[in-house]
Amino acid sequence: MLPNFCNWLSNTPLSVKIQNILWIIPAVQTVHILCVSIVISTMAMLDLRLAGLTGRSQPISRAVNRWVPWVWGTLPVMLFTGCILIIGEPTRELMNPYFRAKMAMLAVVVAITAFVHLRNKNEGYWDRRAIAAKFAGAMSLILWVGIIAAGRWIAYY
Amino acid sequence: MIIPQFCSWLENTRMASDIRASTWLFPTIESIHVLAITMVVGSVAMFDLRLLGIASRDRSVSELHKEILPWTWAAFGCAVVAGSLLFSSDATKYYHNGPFRMKMVALLLIGLNTAIFEFGAFRGVSRWDSERKTPLAAKLAGGISIVLWIMVVGFGRWIGFTKM
Repeated sequence: MLPNFCNWLSNTPLSVKIQNILWIIPAVQTVHILCVSIVISTMAMLDLRLAGLTGRSQPISRAVNRWVPWVWGTLPVMLFTGCILIIGEPTRELMNPYFRAKMAMLAVVVAITAFVHLRNKNEGYWDRRAIAAKFAGAMSLILWVGIIAAGRWIAYY
Repeated sequence: MIIPQFCSWLENTRMASDIRASTWLFPTIESIHVLAITMVVGSVAMFDLRLLGIASRDRSVSELHKEILPWTWAAFGCAVVAGSLLFSSDATKYYHNGPFRMKMVALLLIGLNTAIFEFGAFRGVSRWDSERKTPLAAKLAGGISIVLWIMVVGFGRWIGFTKM
């Protein structure tokens, strides 16, 4: 079913246009990577604070409020650029195990981030739960690094 | 003639040959390279946005400089090491690749911009350290830095589409 969908998608006018105008995919990938820079830097700042490795002069709640808006603001752009890349090369992405692993990791890290954000609305929640915070921070950082690696490996399948 | 000879020698070293022959070494080193670059660009952007007076205005410039830039340099070091390994695997082709050359020029300009800022405007930072408004030289340094790093990422991506 999915191969048929990919085949159909790659023959749509939009897909053909993206494939034929040669600068679109490299340019969109560049924007996607610049968004990665924003996400990995801000999430590294948050995750290092959750893990208690940096910035301990400020409470965790402050770090969450400072950094989390960046990921929620940037992910829609990544979704948009990602969709353009999928529409342009459906089989390359959707039939690729690295792409699928990337999406699975993304789902988990978004869930963790949302959980961290929501619980943070309860004042001092994470500051009172150092071990859980460390776990969340470590998992999040590992997942983001995994997502970046999986993203690069798509090209090598 | 020296550089092409160096490229030939480099790509025939045992290490370069191993990277070329392996199915997983190049992609792995490249992933590290990409991860390192994204951390460089992201952290530099944090500092540059402060220079532009757009973000982190509650922190002083020198404080951010001390906290962020060491990480930027560390990530940059990783990117250079990984990039050198990638380059070695096919040195001659990369050396002759247009986008690769432009990426190197952009990096040189970034170095120049950084040096001019560090030995220029940043010398007098105590005068405007905690101000939200920064001097024009600082704004220019920050803006130029962001533009050049965007070009580095763009040229870098472009290499993958033009390398023969």
